[in-house]
Amino acid sequence: MPVEIDIEHVARLARLELTDEEKARLREQLGAILEHAAKVGEVAAEDVPPTAYAIPRSNVFRPDELAPSLPVEEVLANAPEAEADRFKVPRIVEVE
Amino acid sequence: MTELCDLTATELAARLRAGETTSAEISASCLARIDAVDDHVRAFLTRTDDLAREQAAATDELLAGPNAEAAPAAGIPIALKDVLSTRGVRSTCGSKILETYVPPYDCTPWQWLRADGSVLLGKTNCDEFAMGSSNENSAFGPVHNPWDLDTVPGGSSGGSAAAVAAGMAVWALGTDTGGSVRQPASLSGVVGLKPTYGLVSRYGLIAFASSLDTVGTFTRSVRDAATLLSAIAGKDPMDATSLDTPRRDYTEGLVEGVRGLRVGVIREAFGEGVEPGVRDSVRAGVDALERLGATVGEVSLPHTDYALSAYYLIAPSEASSNLARYDGVRYGLRVDGSDSVQMMTRTRGAGFGAEVKRRIMLGTYALSAGYYEAYYGQAQKVRTLIIRDYEAAFANYDVLVSPTSPTAAFPIGAKVDDPLAMYLNDVFTIPANLSGMPAISIPSGLDGRGLPVGLQLTAPVLEESRLLRAAHALEDAIGFDARPALITELAA
Repeated sequence: MPVEIDIEHVARLARLELTDEEKARLREQLGAILEHAAKVGEVAAEDVPPTAYAIPRSNVFRPDELAPSLPVEEVLANAPEAEADRFKVPRIVEVE
Repeated sequence: MTELCDLTATELAARLRAGETTSAEISASCLARIDAVDDHVRAFLTRTDDLAREQAAATDELLAGPNAEAAPAAGIPIALKDVLSTRGVRSTCGSKILETYVPPYDCTPWQWLRADGSVLLGKTNCDEFAMGSSNENSAFGPVHNPWDLDTVPGGSSGGSAAAVAAGMAVWALGTDTGGSVRQPASLSGVVGLKPTYGLVSRYGLIAFASSLDTVGTFTRSVRDAATLLSAIAGKDPMDATSLDTPRRDYTEGLVEGVRGLRVGVIREAFGEGVEPGVRDSVRAGVDALERLGATVGEVSLPHTDYALSAYYLIAPSEASSNLARYDGVRYGLRVDGSDSVQMMTRTRGAGFGAEVKRRIMLGTYALSAGYYEAYYGQAQKVRTLIIRDYEAAFANYDVLVSPTSPTAAFPIGAKVDDPLAMYLNDVFTIPANLSGMPAISIPSGLDGRGLPVGLQLTAPVLEESRLLRAAHALEDAIGFDARPALITELAA
C-alpha cells in the first residue's frame, strides 16, 4: 500500500513553497518511495542497535586557539543583502 | 595520434621530470580538448582557463628551479566537481540556489593539491547537490556521455567522469554518497575510487548526507588513483570526522599482485535486473583474477535488498537537515517575502529543483514526529545489519567483487519520471557508503552496444592498499584500452 502523506504539513516543516502540481506529484511519488522504504521494518529487530556512523567517533576536540576568521568582505559579498558588516533579513519582530 | 591530454598523470609526471614537456603544454592540450568537445559533452559549469595558465606557469618555474623536488600531482591539470568549494571560483552544486555563490575558502583536498602545484581547469557539472544517478538533475542541463552522446554519463559526478573519459582533464575529483563516483566511472569507462569514510577531509565539501559523504577520484588508471589519493588523504583538523591517518604513498606495493588473495563474488549482485552484457563482462573479470592466482569463492550478503531502502531514508533525512542552511540569508538566492518565513519558503521553492525537493520532503517526513522510529530509526538498524554482513564476508575473503551498476549507460530521459527506477542504479554501490568501506570501479570491458561496463571491488575499512593492489592486477590483466568514438574521430 502506498503511504498517505500530509504534503502541506511536511512542506510547512521544510519551509518549501510548492505549486499544486508539485504537491500532487510528490504525494504520489513519496507514497511509492516510502512503501518501498518501509521494508526496513521487516528486518530491523528490537535487539539490533542503530548505527549513525559506520566508523564511530566521539568527543573530537581540538585546542581552543585564536585564528583569523574568514575575510568578512568575501563572506558578505555572497549575502543577498548586507549592512554594516552584518547579514540583513526581513523584519522578524513586530514593533507595537 | 595521442595528445598530451590523453596520457595518464603517471606518464605526464615522468615526461615533466625528464624535461620532455611542460605543465603549460599539458594544460593547453586539456583546454584545447575542452574547446573541441565540451559543447557536446557539457562537463564543465565554470572554466578557469586563466587560473590554469597561471598555475601551470608557476609549476613550470618550480620544476625548472634548483630544488626541483615536486609532488607527483605537480603540473597535472585537474577538474573539480562543483560541490567542492574553491576560493574565488564560483561553486554552484549544480543548483539555481547557489548560481552566483563564490566560496571564501578552499576545500581541504584542493588546498593540498594546490600547494602541490596542481592546475585547476574548472568546475564540473553534477546532479543538484549531488542527488542523482544520471546527471540529469543539474539545474544547468545534463552531461552527455562521451561514449554515446545520447546517453547519460551516470551521476552525480557525471561531469568529472565525462571530463576524464574525454581527455578534457587528466584526472578529477568527485564525491560519493551512494555511488556518485563509482557509478559514473562505470558508465563512462574510467577508474573511480571511493576511499574509506573519513580518510579524505570533507572540509569545504558542500554537505549532502554527512554520515555518508566522501571525496573520491576519477582517473584513467589505477596507479593514477593511488597517486591522487596520496595527495588528498590524511588527517585534517578542520573535519571532525577525519580519521587519524598519516599522509602516505598509496602507490607502494601496488604491483605485488593477487596470488593467494581471497576474492568473494557477491551472489546477490548477479541476479534479476542486471544486464547480461554487464554480468558477462564482470564474470570475465572474476575469471581473470582466478587466472592471476587469486582464490575465488561465492559469498552472500543477505541484507543487500534492504540497503537501498535504508539509504533512501538515511540520505534524504540528513539532506533535509543539511539543506536547511539555504534560507536566503547568508548566501545564494533570495526571493523576497512579506516576512522572513515567507522569504525562506519562496526562496527554497524557487531555488531547488525537483529531485532536491523530493528528497527534502522525504527526509523531513522520515524525521517528523510520529514517523521517526518507523523510518529513520529502523533504517539505522538496517545499517548495522549491512555492516555485519560485510564483516562476516571479510572473515573469509580479502576483497569482494560485483558489478558497479546493474546497467551500462542508458538514454537521456529514460528514467527521469520514475524515481524508484533511477534509485536502483545505486543498489550495488550504496552498501560501501553505509558501511564506510573503500571501493573502486574499474572498466571491465564493453557491452554488446560498445558501452563501457564497470567492475567494483570492495575492501574492509582502511584497506585501500589491498583494494588498489587487486584493482591494479586486474586492470593489467583486462588491458582495457578502448576510447570513446568522440575522441578517436577527433584524431582521424
